[in-house]
Amino acid sequence: MLKINNLQARVEAAEILKGIDLEVKAGEVHAIMGPNGSGKSTLCQVLGGRDGYEVTGGTVEYLGKDLFELEPEERAREGILLGFQYPVEIPGVKNIYLLKEAYNAQRKHRGEPEADTFQFLKLVREKLKTMQMDESFLHRAVNVGFSGGEKKRNEILQMLVLEPKLALLDETDSGLDIDALKVVSDGVNRLRSPDRAIVLVTHYQRLLSHIEPDFVHVLSDGRIIKSGDKTLAHELERNGYHGIIEEAA
Amino acid sequence: MSTHSQDVEQLVKREYKYGFSTDIDQEILPPGLNEDVIRAISAKKREPEFMLNWRLEAYRHWLTMKEPGWAHVHYPKIDYQAVSYYAAPKSDDDAPKSLDEVDPKLLETYEKLGIPLHERARLAGVAVDAVFDSVSVTTTFKEKLGEAGVIFCSFSEAVHNHPELVQKYLGTVVPSGDNFFAALNAAVFSDGSFVYIPKGVRCPMELSTYFRINAMDTGQFERTLIIAEEGSHVSYLEGCTAPQRDRNQLHAAVVELIALDDAEIKYSTVQNWYPGDEEGKGGIYNFVTKRGECRGRNSKISWTQVEAGSAITWKYPSCVLLGDNSVGEFYSVAVGNNMQQIDSGTKMIHVGKNTHSTIISKGISAGRANNAYRGLVKILGGAEGARNYTQCDSLLLGDRCGAHTYPYIEVKNPSAQVEHEATTSKIGDDQIFYLKQRGISEEDAVNMIVNGFCKEVFGELPMEFAVEAQALLAVSLEGAVG
Repeated sequence: MLKINNLQARVEAAEILKGIDLEVKAGEVHAIMGPNGSGKSTLCQVLGGRDGYEVTGGTVEYLGKDLFELEPEERAREGILLGFQYPVEIPGVKNIYLLKEAYNAQRKHRGEPEADTFQFLKLVREKLKTMQMDESFLHRAVNVGFSGGEKKRNEILQMLVLEPKLALLDETDSGLDIDALKVVSDGVNRLRSPDRAIVLVTHYQRLLSHIEPDFVHVLSDGRIIKSGDKTLAHELERNGYHGIIEEAA
Repeated sequence: MSTHSQDVEQLVKREYKYGFSTDIDQEILPPGLNEDVIRAISAKKREPEFMLNWRLEAYRHWLTMKEPGWAHVHYPKIDYQAVSYYAAPKSDDDAPKSLDEVDPKLLETYEKLGIPLHERARLAGVAVDAVFDSVSVTTTFKEKLGEAGVIFCSFSEAVHNHPELVQKYLGTVVPSGDNFFAALNAAVFSDGSFVYIPKGVRCPMELSTYFRINAMDTGQFERTLIIAEEGSHVSYLEGCTAPQRDRNQLHAAVVELIALDDAEIKYSTVQNWYPGDEEGKGGIYNFVTKRGECRGRNSKISWTQVEAGSAITWKYPSCVLLGDNSVGEFYSVAVGNNMQQIDSGTKMIHVGKNTHSTIISKGISAGRANNAYRGLVKILGGAEGARNYTQCDSLLLGDRCGAHTYPYIEVKNPSAQVEHEATTSKIGDDQIFYLKQRGISEEDAVNMIVNGFCKEVFGELPMEFAVEAQALLAVSLEGAVG
């Protein structure tokens, strides 16, 4: 589904990604872990297509296409959804309105008619329940006045509604208390399916005790220095990034 | 960032949809202004003597006045002798009695504007008075309104058919010598709308006027007078467009509203005069005086405006809250793009006890536009328990435009409560990226953010016009953003 080959990228003058190689297949869950400043978030932003992140080398192939040929909105319509570390507030725009516009943008892209309002609302209500969110969320402005946990739940709600092929979760666990972490993880686990891939970017192992990854990668200074199965996460928990970085050096 | 702001630039570029002109036989007075011109206008309209005298008095006053220079706008000196002060479709001499008699070309113009008088009026249940250059062309739904006792007609008709009402109220809110442009209007105004809602009547439909400037080098000077008797209620909407001309045209209108005890007037404007081209060539100078008086107890006047057009906007729809417990409201969205200049806001003058006012102003600037909010909240000594809440938000698109806020607050009564909140924000790259990452195009993302920003104001517009206002905003900022 996603093939990253020797990806290099910079933000302003700083070189952040220094050659990333990663392949993600449908049905897999990958965790990318690493200390602060290792390039985790930059990788997400580059894959999402954010302005200001300059790709200086390497290739990324998504479903057989050159990802960098696609505009950010086209990537989204093709099924790449990025869960933001800091979800953005949009004053005056209702959550339900954004959900519907996004949902229909995808449908339109696939040549399908717009969703029937009634059917759509039914679908959204179901997903709300999964995320243990109140219906009033739909009528609040996008992320405005939401607590940290509510914002993250809202990100997962969008994923449940939009059903991406490739979900990228950027530090979705940060700022969550134990209960919220469980709800968010349950939501992500519901997304798991044989035709969908999930990439979790996280700092802590604790998320991985709720969402069990198939692969774990350690990112340090813009490179993946070690890959393994879920036991690698436990190793990190015991020895810290420090040990692994030294071992790789 | 740099590529992004270029996108924004492109999105802000747009073309004016209403820039066509109608080839129609017109009767135009030669340019110039003197007492003879005023006599000619008055004679053409077969006005009673009190009107002529009122005009002449205004003119003489105007001669002693200076054009105001305090607004945050810049334009070359206007030569008032180069403007023609009267233009009317030729058929005016025997004015149309019904829609069938209206020149089909005029009707076509209104179709192009998206105001088919027949259908639209009927479907929407909106009574429309259309003012083409200086003359009111037709008023729909007159009969149905007549049954309710509501008078809705052109100003000229009101002068003929209801001179006692005109004489009683004309110039009582905006006196003929109020300010330079109001005095000019009083001297030369050629038509406009007149509304009278009798005691206890809730006007059975929205009333609406469409103004259009068609002729070249003419000014449009219309005057609107709305009187809401005790316990009555009316909602009124005006819309404005003008053809694309490369010379500037002057529009100096006056609107007077009078609300008696327990009466309510809701006045909504969607203003889309030609704004000039990208370099600031052409466009309408919109110098307008709008004021409402809450004369009665518990009366209410609410202004809602969506200002998208005009090269220069200079207008401050205001409320004088005389009656105890009266309420004044001002909800405004002002959008400036390219070289547009806007100096707009409101005045809330609290005279009566427990008078309340609310000001919600949303300014959007794009291109190289300058957008200023100027507002006065004045609480007089007798206004025990007066309250005002002001919220003034500016949104910037791109980095070559400007937003300015000039709030003036004068409080003479210690029991008053006055709140002022102001914010300025730039449309965020992070907001646009967030929406794009949800599959929404850049243009739709900008529209969504801008509409969200204006939501509180759009919520005040009558339903069908809220939709129109949103569409207008999208057109105004088309190609403008990203």
